[in-house]
Amino acid sequence: MNFQTTIGLEVHVELKTNSKIYSPSPVQYGVEPNLNTNVIDWAYPGTLPTLNKGVVRDGIMAGLALHANITKHMHFDRKNYFYPDNPKAYQITQSETPIATDGWVEIEVNGKKKKIGIAEMHIEEDAGKNTHTGEYSYVDLNRQGTPLIEIVSKPDIASPDEAVAYLEALRQRIQFTGISDVKMEEGSMRVDTNISIRPFGSDQFGTKTEMKNINSFNYVKNALEFEEKRHQKVILSGGTIAQETRRYDEATKETVAMRSKEGSEDYRYFPEPDIPPLDVSDAWIEEIKQEMPEMPGERRARYTKELGLSDYDAMVLTQTKEMSDFFDEAVKDGADAKRVANYLMNDVNSYLNDEHLDLPDTKLTPAHLAGMVKLITDGTISSKMAKKVFKGIIAGEEPAAYAKAHGLVQLSDPKELQPIIDDILANNQQSIEDFKNGKDRAVGYLVGQIMKQTRGKANPQVVNQLLMKSLQAQ
Amino acid sequence: MNFSETNISDLHNQLVKGEVSATDLTKESFKRIKETDDDVKAFLTLNEDAALKRAGEIDKAGIADDQLLAGIPLAVKDNIVTKGLRTTAASKILGNFKPIYDATVIEKMNAAGFINVGKTNMDEFAMGSSTENSAFQKTKNPWDLTRVPGGSSGGSAAAVAAGDVLAAFGTDTGGSIRQPASFNGIVGMKPTYGRVSRWGIIAFGSSFDQVGWLSKNVKDNAILMQAISGLDAHDMTSADVDVPNWAAHLDEASVKGLKIAVPEEYTSDALDDDVREVITAALKHFESLGATVETVSLPHTKYGVSAYYILASSEASSNLQRYDGIRYGFRADDVKNLEDVYVRTRTEGFGEEVKRRIMLGTFSLSAGFYDAYFNKAAKVRRLIADDFNKVFKDYDLILGATDASTAFKLGDKVTDPTKMYLNDALTIPVNMAGLPAMSLPAGFSKKDGMPVGLQIIGKPFDEQTIYDAAYVFEQTTDFHKKNAQLGGQD
Repeated sequence: MNFQTTIGLEVHVELKTNSKIYSPSPVQYGVEPNLNTNVIDWAYPGTLPTLNKGVVRDGIMAGLALHANITKHMHFDRKNYFYPDNPKAYQITQSETPIATDGWVEIEVNGKKKKIGIAEMHIEEDAGKNTHTGEYSYVDLNRQGTPLIEIVSKPDIASPDEAVAYLEALRQRIQFTGISDVKMEEGSMRVDTNISIRPFGSDQFGTKTEMKNINSFNYVKNALEFEEKRHQKVILSGGTIAQETRRYDEATKETVAMRSKEGSEDYRYFPEPDIPPLDVSDAWIEEIKQEMPEMPGERRARYTKELGLSDYDAMVLTQTKEMSDFFDEAVKDGADAKRVANYLMNDVNSYLNDEHLDLPDTKLTPAHLAGMVKLITDGTISSKMAKKVFKGIIAGEEPAAYAKAHGLVQLSDPKELQPIIDDILANNQQSIEDFKNGKDRAVGYLVGQIMKQTRGKANPQVVNQLLMKSLQAQ
Repeated sequence: MNFSETNISDLHNQLVKGEVSATDLTKESFKRIKETDDDVKAFLTLNEDAALKRAGEIDKAGIADDQLLAGIPLAVKDNIVTKGLRTTAASKILGNFKPIYDATVIEKMNAAGFINVGKTNMDEFAMGSSTENSAFQKTKNPWDLTRVPGGSSGGSAAAVAAGDVLAAFGTDTGGSIRQPASFNGIVGMKPTYGRVSRWGIIAFGSSFDQVGWLSKNVKDNAILMQAISGLDAHDMTSADVDVPNWAAHLDEASVKGLKIAVPEEYTSDALDDDVREVITAALKHFESLGATVETVSLPHTKYGVSAYYILASSEASSNLQRYDGIRYGFRADDVKNLEDVYVRTRTEGFGEEVKRRIMLGTFSLSAGFYDAYFNKAAKVRRLIADDFNKVFKDYDLILGATDASTAFKLGDKVTDPTKMYLNDALTIPVNMAGLPAMSLPAGFSKKDGMPVGLQIIGKPFDEQTIYDAAYVFEQTTDFHKKNAQLGGQD
């Protein structure tokens, strides 16, 4: 029997706002527990939420970035449940009127392009954190009230590879808006998955299993692949899939059942009475569109059309906003685009891979890379010297100063080069004869002699020009 | 000194002239409380030391002509948070709760220089109509100590009726200011929803709750209301509407040509005969002053109580989830695990009526019942609001009884929740529509001698017309001159 797989993804994206979604407490990590909290975050008696309009703006921007329809009249809802990291015992979210609906992103898997639909996205608050040690449990509410966008896919994803491609596309587009860091390892992007399989052609979805909070794209892929196979095995052996939440064990690369989903939880949603319904005007949406940073597609088009890069180069450079921004700045500094692109895609990328770093974690600046490229373009250094200068700029050095200090400067001045050439010619009469007899190899030999004499510092182009002139004059 | 025999303007003049000090007034208030409160039991917490200290500071600083409220002792309902002063909402679950911040209304009154003498008793979390649902004590009606003061602002109403203070804060979710005002022969005003900030009001039914004042007379009420009204950045449901100086307009107020609508549902057979008699006479009095009085219908009134108890209880079931024993307030002893913390804390910490409403609200919001209960009740709410809107197209005010009966005997209804709920049938629709409304002393029952309140309902944010009509009525009648005689009628 052949099966088709249906995967659903719910992605939580943490927004980079200064303050929380319903309270003025700062959004900031790595501080003493409960430092960034106030009476609202504690659900202290008598307190009320005040909506951070910046979160709505970011939500609209995300909606626009994901080609979704922005909801013009929205309200907030309470989702009720008891847990110590949820002090009000309700989360203020949007269940009836999500901020945006019906969007999509394009993915490419094995050369095939496909649109994955986004059912809806809503804004809501994050919970705090519980930790348990010995006989005590601790509650840290610093994260309580951090703004989140939840993005829910349509059942369009048909394989674990498509799931990862969808996540990459989502991360890329959100990252380019600048509203979130979208880093899985830091929790600013979190993924819940569900998967089901059904016989080909069946119009009924199979029973789905869920996995929550998987924390890397690789694990998402592995977990879904494991589940896909497990479902197939169970069904082919005559069993049935239990509707349940499972956990992916990174060590064993297997999923294990956590809890049954049979009687689903009742969150008793109802409209939040403390936040009046909100109208989003066309003018506001237009304003946000104007503020929207260039999306990857637009950048790619600009790179190929205006800067003459290849499609492939443009694609690689726009993988992350950091790389793309870096590239733009270096080019803006006046460096040759193609050369900058090559350095970023080759030397910089392999450095990042070797050192397991992200671009912003290095000491390299766009100005320094641009400076080095300019030194190459104007002949001050050779490509070979550039390899050495690169070691300097990656360590934060200024390229011109570094090149000078390390003697990495080409000899390009004809007044300095001509006496050397004359000297070499005077000592190589045979080569002059060979040249006159049409033996081009003689030129290569003479250039090699000149380079040797200058210990590789002579500018080959200038040497070639001067040498040819001198030979013809013989 | 009996504060029922004075008013803000007179006290202010004496303060400015130096004939009396804020400290004198504060001492007088505590003296009166000590004389009356053993019987009445209006106060849960007295703020004597802090109040005297504050009075001393105000005396030292001096009171300027325009500081009308400086040095005036007033009482605060115990569901309004007061920094450093125990705030319990009359619940065991907040039995020793001392807030670290002031409600916006308290901040505003502090800035105006008022003296907070203490926190008044109420039905637990404002759920009730007799103040018998307090976890701590039963407040008596100063007009007849065998009767309830009404609720949920029963302590505030009784403190004013007993002459302890000339006004006290109340909150009104379904009638909790107006009904006790009616039972205690005083003025009780619930402003338009959004007029006053709810920041620092311990939430019951968030889309209904509104702060207001219970006072001996109309003008004081208007002065105090102005002091607490206005937009507040802490409360997104507070309205960006100008706050008029209502009191300044009162001396030129008239009801001539005023178009008064009287819903048949508010004067029907459901009213006790003695109450109806008083209301009929009050309406005649308005006619004699030049107002026109016509009968109208608010046909959805009869669904008000059922819909209200679904909606307000639903909101309450969610609002009260925060009392979980984790961060503040009461926590049950010897708990074994997290569920135990929740279940035992809430079982032991909440009273019966609160638990009843939490269950009612939880049920109404449950999957499978939401549409039949919460959603349907929300539709009824819109129909009730439409009823009012239609009438207000042709009329300036809606008048009727505040309550179908006078204050009942302690213990009479507390065992029968449905009977108790029906008590608010005439006040609830006003909260459903978010309208401003007052209960004004309109006379006394011929049957039991107890006060009867006339309810005056206005258009949204038109508190002025209510205050005007009430002031004219008050100034042309003598009912407000009669004060409660603690322990029995004279």
